[in-house]
Amino acid sequence: MADLRLYLAQRISAAIMAPLVLLHLGLMIYAIQGGLSAEEILGRTRGSIFWGGIYGLFVIAVAVHAAIGLRNIMAEWLGLRGSLLSGLSWFVGLALLAAGWRAVAAVVAG
Amino acid sequence: MQNSNPIRVKVWRGDAAGGAFAEYAVPQQPAQTVLDVVTWIQRHADASLSYRFACRVGMCGSCAMMVNGIPRWTCRTHVNKVNRDNRLTIEPLRNLPVIKDLACDMSQFFEKWKRAEGHFTGEVSRAQPVAAISPREPARRAANAAVECINCAICYAACDVVAWQPDYLGPAALNRAWSLQNDTRDRRQAERLQAVSSTGGCLQCHSQQGCASFCPNELNPTASIAGLKRLAAVGFMRKKYRERYG
Repeated sequence: MADLRLYLAQRISAAIMAPLVLLHLGLMIYAIQGGLSAEEILGRTRGSIFWGGIYGLFVIAVAVHAAIGLRNIMAEWLGLRGSLLSGLSWFVGLALLAAGWRAVAAVVAG
Repeated sequence: MQNSNPIRVKVWRGDAAGGAFAEYAVPQQPAQTVLDVVTWIQRHADASLSYRFACRVGMCGSCAMMVNGIPRWTCRTHVNKVNRDNRLTIEPLRNLPVIKDLACDMSQFFEKWKRAEGHFTGEVSRAQPVAAISPREPARRAANAAVECINCAICYAACDVVAWQPDYLGPAALNRAWSLQNDTRDRRQAERLQAVSSTGGCLQCHSQQGCASFCPNELNPTASIAGLKRLAAVGFMRKKYRERYG
């Protein structure tokens, strides 16, 4: 059952990431067409609940997806099992979440 | 027709404790198969060579070996097809314990068929009428695509996930489970789905398609396993929905 939950969580997080990656790439290409500076971009993202929500969601999906993927690799290639495997996977997920949200906060807040 | 240059054949000799390659010079014959080469070695060079075969026509699935690093059915593999600079390397199947020389212990392979509920369980007796199943039904077509497995374990030897996770059921057992999930007469589908979606089951598959690349009957176990993944995922979500909303 735990396997099935992890399997579904990884597929659902991938399904969330895929359109957001395309949106992000498209947005970057669009935003720099006029030669925008960092100040101008920050001027648009600061205080934006929309962009904060989009990138906040993306960070959650990345943290879930990468942690489960690395969990599989650690199980298969390093032979890790049990609480060590779970602990390391949680650490990776939470570290990505913290680092990602910190970056989102830097662009959206302040 | 006979080529004057003998084939230089390296054959793995040993047992569970270990072993090494021995080299033999085998005369070339027209339309010679790899199984012919192994048989020639046993008859003319070293009678103590152990290997396994039965039908010699690609039906029984007992003669699979690693040939130049690739799992193949040796009775249907012509030497011409795999000959590299007149050299052949023949080893026992990967991912299975060796008994002696080229003969593997297939016990775990068949145990996993049992773990995957790979047997048919009907509920009608022979006194009742035969079930009418149209060959055009989608389930019957899915079963058809998976049903020609000869249990040769080539897919099992080709699978990296089996190598990494010894408890993984493997492509053959899961392919068999998929054909039974599509058999409308079978009555153990819930139990089977549980068996193939728990630890070591279909969710471990990485869709690398080694099984589909090397299956001598050109089956696609990866597609069968993808079907099981869909059944498992949909079944899980339906169950959760029912628990929550009745």
